[in-house]
Amino acid sequence: MALIRETDYGTPKRISGTLVEIEVDGKAVSAPAGTSVLRAAAEAGIQIPKLCASDTLEPFGSCRLCLVEVEGRRGFPASCTTPCENGMKIRTQSPKLEKLRKGVMELYASDYPREMFEGAASGDTEFQQMLTAVGLKEVRYGYKSKNHQDGLKDDSNPYFEFDQSKCIVCSRCVRACEEVQGTFALTIDGRGFASFVSAGDKPFMESECVSCGACVQACPTDALLEKSVAERGRPDRSVVTTCAYCGVGCSFNAELHGNEVVRMTPNKDGKANHGHSCVKGRFAWGYATHKDRILKPMIRAKFTDPWREVTWDEAIHYAASEFKRIQAKYGVNSIGGITSSRCTDEETYLVQKMIRAAFGNNNTDTCARVCHSPTGYGMKTTLGTSAGTQDFDSVQAADVIMIIGANPTDAHPVFASQLKRRLREGARLIIVDPRKIDLVKTPHVKADCHLPLLPGTNVAMINSLAHVVVTEGLVDEPYVRERCDLVAFDQWRTFVAEDRNSPEATEKYTGVPAADVRAAARLYATGGNGAIYYGLGVTEHSQGSTMVMGMCNLAMATGNFGKNGVGINPLRGQNNVQGSCDMGSFPHEYPGYRHVSQDAVRETFEHAWGVKLQIEPGLRIPNMIDAAIDGTFKGLYCQGEDIVQSDPNTQHMSRGLASMECVVVQDLFINETASYAHVFLPGASFLEKDGTFINAERRIGMVRKAIEPLAGLADWEVTMKLSAALGYPMHYNHPSEIMDEIARLTPTFAGVSFEMLDRVGSVQWPCNDKAPLGTPIMHMGGFVRGKGRFMITEFIPTDERVNARFPLILTTGRILSQYNVGAQTRRTDNNRWHDMDVLEIHPSDAEDRGINEGDLVSLASRSGDITLPARISERMQPGVVYTTFHHAMTGANVVTTEFSDWATNCPEYKVTAVQVQLARHMSEWQENYLETRRLTTKIEKESTAND
Amino acid sequence: MVHMANQIALFFASYPHDEAVAGVTDHLKSFWEPRMRKQIIDYVAEGGHGLHTLAQEAVKRLGS
Repeated sequence: MALIRETDYGTPKRISGTLVEIEVDGKAVSAPAGTSVLRAAAEAGIQIPKLCASDTLEPFGSCRLCLVEVEGRRGFPASCTTPCENGMKIRTQSPKLEKLRKGVMELYASDYPREMFEGAASGDTEFQQMLTAVGLKEVRYGYKSKNHQDGLKDDSNPYFEFDQSKCIVCSRCVRACEEVQGTFALTIDGRGFASFVSAGDKPFMESECVSCGACVQACPTDALLEKSVAERGRPDRSVVTTCAYCGVGCSFNAELHGNEVVRMTPNKDGKANHGHSCVKGRFAWGYATHKDRILKPMIRAKFTDPWREVTWDEAIHYAASEFKRIQAKYGVNSIGGITSSRCTDEETYLVQKMIRAAFGNNNTDTCARVCHSPTGYGMKTTLGTSAGTQDFDSVQAADVIMIIGANPTDAHPVFASQLKRRLREGARLIIVDPRKIDLVKTPHVKADCHLPLLPGTNVAMINSLAHVVVTEGLVDEPYVRERCDLVAFDQWRTFVAEDRNSPEATEKYTGVPAADVRAAARLYATGGNGAIYYGLGVTEHSQGSTMVMGMCNLAMATGNFGKNGVGINPLRGQNNVQGSCDMGSFPHEYPGYRHVSQDAVRETFEHAWGVKLQIEPGLRIPNMIDAAIDGTFKGLYCQGEDIVQSDPNTQHMSRGLASMECVVVQDLFINETASYAHVFLPGASFLEKDGTFINAERRIGMVRKAIEPLAGLADWEVTMKLSAALGYPMHYNHPSEIMDEIARLTPTFAGVSFEMLDRVGSVQWPCNDKAPLGTPIMHMGGFVRGKGRFMITEFIPTDERVNARFPLILTTGRILSQYNVGAQTRRTDNNRWHDMDVLEIHPSDAEDRGINEGDLVSLASRSGDITLPARISERMQPGVVYTTFHHAMTGANVVTTEFSDWATNCPEYKVTAVQVQLARHMSEWQENYLETRRLTTKIEKESTAND
Repeated sequence: MVHMANQIALFFASYPHDEAVAGVTDHLKSFWEPRMRKQIIDYVAEGGHGLHTLAQEAVKRLGS
């Protein structure tokens, strides 16, 4: 595909039921009321020169280039700031306008690097295109007068540079930082000729800048430019694809020079991101070609042996023969597999198909086990479907936004920008989180209520919020009567109305003053459209599923389902965690969330796949590990998932894997799980294959191959080979054929195909005859399960309790610059922001222990202990400490325990009783880790092996 | 396993007895792999020490 140059209509699209009729250069044009003349003309195919205007930013009117003539009016108004009015007659070209524009551009050009002016014909930048558009060939003023050509160059940011000599102070970067990203890190300092763009009088790297790239994207002159472009040259082709980081699922243009990616730019047509990005998706893609990539298959008899590089065929046949041997010896259920939330839907579908059809069992699971499995259970039980109810755009219609256990500015930054925009417009904000996350108070955003509950008390909190709604007459009675199961509602109403669920009674658990809870409940119930957004702070608890049901109860009781601006919205962690669940990765469900015991469903798959399928659910990941330690589970195929680093109680996990006889890891890198593997199959990055990802709003987005697989095979091809070697060949020539099969077998995907996605861009499931273009908002007119089902959500405190030995609560999470286990982001310059995990601790807890900023501390639980540096932080509340799990060497999950959600076994990462003390050296686990890694990652190169 | 079964029982304990036992039974049947169910059935057969009464009843139903 040629390089995509997206059309810029100059000012944002306006939505109005009223059309305004104008005439532009004699052409009749109609536009929604509020549309600028600049945009109306552009939509009619008439391009008016512009520099400070962009359709991603509100009009500013500073560059004086988009001037037009309006019949009957004096002067030359800027078309960007002039709204269309009925009957207006606009002239965009006239000798006077040409002269004015040329004069404006000449002034700009006189203070612009000469080589850029002389190279204008290339049209690489918008500025150069405007030079051509106005026909400026020379600058009469010369280049010797006072200018900014000795302006500073700031290259502190690892990904982009700022060259003041190319800056025309159009403010697009400043406005993008404010309007698009919502960080307000940039400003215009100085006045008049001395004005300049500033990141708060600091280098970008030391400023509040979050490196989202919005300023770079907005810059028309290359004053802000990606270093990758400066170093490698301009791209010459683009491939539209979907980001492989978080569950926002941003659409990107992968821009390449030949076969080399030189930058990723956010796609304006992307329905999840609307042209915005974050530091990970925009810049942190260098891992895809990192030197640590493993490009040759490897095998070894014992995991303590060095790896031996082999051919694909040898590796595949070794893995298959081992799996067959194990099944012959230990039984058909002695092996299983884990699908990847980083791989495509098609690849995930194939892995679970191979497990069910070729392994002959249902021992398939996925990383959603450790993040949003309670979402699936809780939402399916109450509403009838296992997914978020809204599209991201719905937040623009929310009046009260409640964020529970999520930190969107770090973990879902592009959605957070959209959210902040709505908050700046006046939506009210309730935050339920133990920590003072950024959204509690950030530029131009201040939460109306922050309920800093103790970790582990979510259900007490949601019950007390519901108690206020029920006892203060705030239930939307007509909605409940029409939409919900009234027997279940009456049971629930009686339950939550009990005094023990009042904010006054639950205060002793949550630590949150009752008055604050009452205020939040009243605001949510009476403030208009109420939307709940939540993250792993909800699910990763022993009552994760109960809490999801509790949120659904609250939203049903207040009528907050089935329309724009409301709903229950899980912010999914990994790029395709929704898709991996949708594709039947769980051991009890086929694609489309249908239980394996349903005869009609199972028979459909048996017929399509030509095999007899098991009727019983298989093992979940933690069950597989327990069974391995018990000696009944002996082989695992793990695609694109690092369970040793990401799953709880690392030592238990390692023991389980070490007990197996054949562990096959398929990944980009030798991850921590691969330390215990016998077969390593090289994975392919998202740039190397075709397929689809599904984001947190159920949006199915295309992933398109930009370069050939570095190791020769895409992941779906590897699974096909393994399946064939196991005696169950699968025949697909392209991932589109896999999607066709998914659509044939899954009612909610019946209308989906690659051809359809190419045509419409992306679509949200359900997509079928009833909803041919997908379903942005679920449960309109009624719940998927029929009547919404209120569930009783008794608060049951976790068994993980603080005591004299472990008096603090550890809660773990993520930060902006790193992603999950860090396998990708640690291999990029994102490490400049976070090169190690640290322990955040409240000043009073630190003082009690004599801990100062940066001190090495021991973090110990009943599971194990690690050491890491301390960061004193008032974001924490006393008694609660926090760390991340991005660095393998830290081993944060050595400390977390095996306690898990009652319904789904999602680990209780958010509550671990710990002690923190000053330390002098690494923990025993960390010392052993280094030795284990040294031993288990050795590679005997092919040449050596042949000697 | 006992801990997990008790957690399930505690969730359903809020419901009327028969509904609760049915809920626990259905959960174990729907989400526990057969070898796990066998282990808990054997455990109950050996006395089921420490197991919530609802879980015991549910497991007995599973085994019958």
